[in-house]
Amino acid sequence: MPLSVHDIAAIRLTLELASLTTLLLLLIGTPIAWWLARTRSRLKGPVGAIVALPLVLPPTVLGFYLLVTMGPHGPVGQFTQSLGLGTLPFTFAGLVVGSVFYSMPFVVQPLQNAFEAIGERPLEVAATLRAGPWDTFFSVVLPLAKPGFVTASILGFAHTVGEFGVVLMIGGNIPGVTRTVSVQIFDHVEAMEYAQAHWLAGGMVVFSFFVLLALYSSRRFKPGFN
Amino acid sequence: MTDSSPAGQILARFRLAWPGFELDVDLTLPGRGVTALFGHSGSGKTTCLRCVAGLERAGESHLEVNGERWQDSAAGLFVPAHRRALGYVFQEASLFPHLSARRNLEYGLRRVRAAQRRVDWDHVVKLLGIEHLLERLPGTLSGGERQRVGIARALLTSPRLLLMDEPLAALDLKRKNEILPYLERLREELDIPVLYVSHSPDEVARLADHVVLLDQGRVVAQGGLRETLARLDLPTALGEDAGVVVESVVAEHDDAYHLTRLTFPGGEVLVARRPEAPGQRLRFRVHARDVSLALTRAEGSSITNLLPARVEALAAADTPAHVLVRLDAGGTPLLARITRRSADQLGLAPGLPLWAQIKAVALLG
Repeated sequence: MPLSVHDIAAIRLTLELASLTTLLLLLIGTPIAWWLARTRSRLKGPVGAIVALPLVLPPTVLGFYLLVTMGPHGPVGQFTQSLGLGTLPFTFAGLVVGSVFYSMPFVVQPLQNAFEAIGERPLEVAATLRAGPWDTFFSVVLPLAKPGFVTASILGFAHTVGEFGVVLMIGGNIPGVTRTVSVQIFDHVEAMEYAQAHWLAGGMVVFSFFVLLALYSSRRFKPGFN
Repeated sequence: MTDSSPAGQILARFRLAWPGFELDVDLTLPGRGVTALFGHSGSGKTTCLRCVAGLERAGESHLEVNGERWQDSAAGLFVPAHRRALGYVFQEASLFPHLSARRNLEYGLRRVRAAQRRVDWDHVVKLLGIEHLLERLPGTLSGGERQRVGIARALLTSPRLLLMDEPLAALDLKRKNEILPYLERLREELDIPVLYVSHSPDEVARLADHVVLLDQGRVVAQGGLRETLARLDLPTALGEDAGVVVESVVAEHDDAYHLTRLTFPGGEVLVARRPEAPGQRLRFRVHARDVSLALTRAEGSSITNLLPARVEALAAADTPAHVLVRLDAGGTPLLARITRRSADQLGLAPGLPLWAQIKAVALLG
C-alpha cells in the first residue's frame, strides 16, 4: 500500500474541506455575484476588488489577518469565545472559514459573468408573465446560469483542494483535523520521504488535470436567448 | 388598485427625462381595439410602452387601465410589472431558451390564478397556428414561429391590456406577411385592448383603430385612424408616406376583366381581383403621392379610379416643391401630394370641386 493511514486521512480531510467550502461559497457567493452583476451602486467597484483580493495576495497575508482576527484577542475570536465556541484557528471550522475567503473569487466571478450574460430581457419577460423577483430568480436565472454554476463549483472545489499557505497559517498541521494533502506532501518532503510525496503529488496532478478537462469540455455549448 | 376612472378608457400620463431624451405624454385612449403608437425611432414610443408595462419608471406618472389604477406618482402608487394584468410582446420573441414552446406558454399561464383565466388554451394555440410547434425548443423555431409563440404566451396570461413592441420589426417581409393575418384574427376574435408600437405606416393602417403619433417624446396627434392619417398638420415627417386609409366593402367581382369593385362612402374603386367574397370589409390605403387632380373628368385616360371631390385645405408638404391637398370625396377624406406649380395652375382653393385621379391603391388585407 503506497499510501499511509495519514495520507488517506489527509485526502479525506481535503475532500471534506473542499466540499463544505464549495457548498458554503455557492450559498454566500450567489447573492454577492447577483448584486455585483446587477447593481449600479458606487460600491460595486470596491466590493468587486475586495472579493478579488485573494487572487493577488500571498496566502500568508490572508492567513495572517484571519489568524489575528479569529485569534483569542481578535474581534471574531472574542465573539466566538463569548458564545462558548472557543477560537477558530487550528480547528477544521477555522480552516473552512479561511478557505471560503481564499476561494471566494473563483466562485463569485464565474457566477457574476453568467448573471451578466443573461441580461435584462429575460427578467423583464418573466415580470410581464407575472413572475415576482424570487420566482424569476429560481425559474429563469438559475437555469440560464447553470453553466456558470458548474464552472464556479469546479473552480471553487479545485482551488480549495490546492490551497497550502492559508491552511498552514490558520490550520497548523494537526493530523485528521487540519492536515490537508498539500500539507502532507510538504511533511513528506521535509522528512525526505520522496516516494510517498510522489504518490500524493502525482495524484494531485492527475486530479487537477481531470478537473480542468471537465471544465473546458463543458464550455462547448451555450444556449443563446432569443 | 382602485376604481376611479371611467371604465373603457386607458389614461396614461408619463413624464421622464434622461440625458438627451425627454418623454412627456398625456394620453386618453379607448379601452378596446388596437391603438398604434406610431413614430420614428427615438420618438419615445417604446419608452412609453415600457412605462405602461412598469418596466420603466417615469418620475411623474399616472396610469389607469379600464378603471384599474396601476400607477400614480402623486399618491406614491407603483404596481410592479409582475402584478399588472398585462401581456407584453417584445420585438424579438424573447422565449426562454431552456423551455419548450409548451413550457414557455405554461410559464405565464401557471402564474395566473385559475379564476382569472379568461383566455382558452386551445383557442389561442389554434388562433396562432402553433399546435405542431409545442414540443420544440425555441432554438429550433424560425423567427416567425418564435414570435407567434411569444404572442400566444402573452395572451395566455389573460391580460387586460396587450402591449406589442414592434412585434414584426425583426422579421423579413415574408415572415411579416405570415404573422399579420394572425394579428388581424386576434383583433377580431379576442376582446383585449392592444397598444401596438410601430414605425411602419402600412402595419398601422392595416391593424390600428386608433393612432397616437409621437415625435421627440411628445404626442403630435391622436385620434381615430382615418381622421388622424388624413390630417394635414402632421409633421411632414410622414413625407412620402402621407396618405389615408379607407374602409371599404367588397361590392362585386368582374370576372371578365379580373377586377373587384370596392365601395365606400363617397365612391368606389376598381382593384385587381380579390379573394374576399362580396360583403366583406377591406381596408385600403391611398398614398398622397398616388393621387393627382384634374378640374374636369379626364377622358381618354388609362386611370380607372376617378372620384369627385372638393378641396378642403392646402398645406406645406415635405419638400418646398410640393403641397399637400386635403380633399373631401363625398365623406371620405383623401390627401393629394402635388407640385406647388400645379396647385397654382389649377387655382386650388378651399371649396373648389374637382376630380381626384387615383393611380394606385394599396390593399391592406
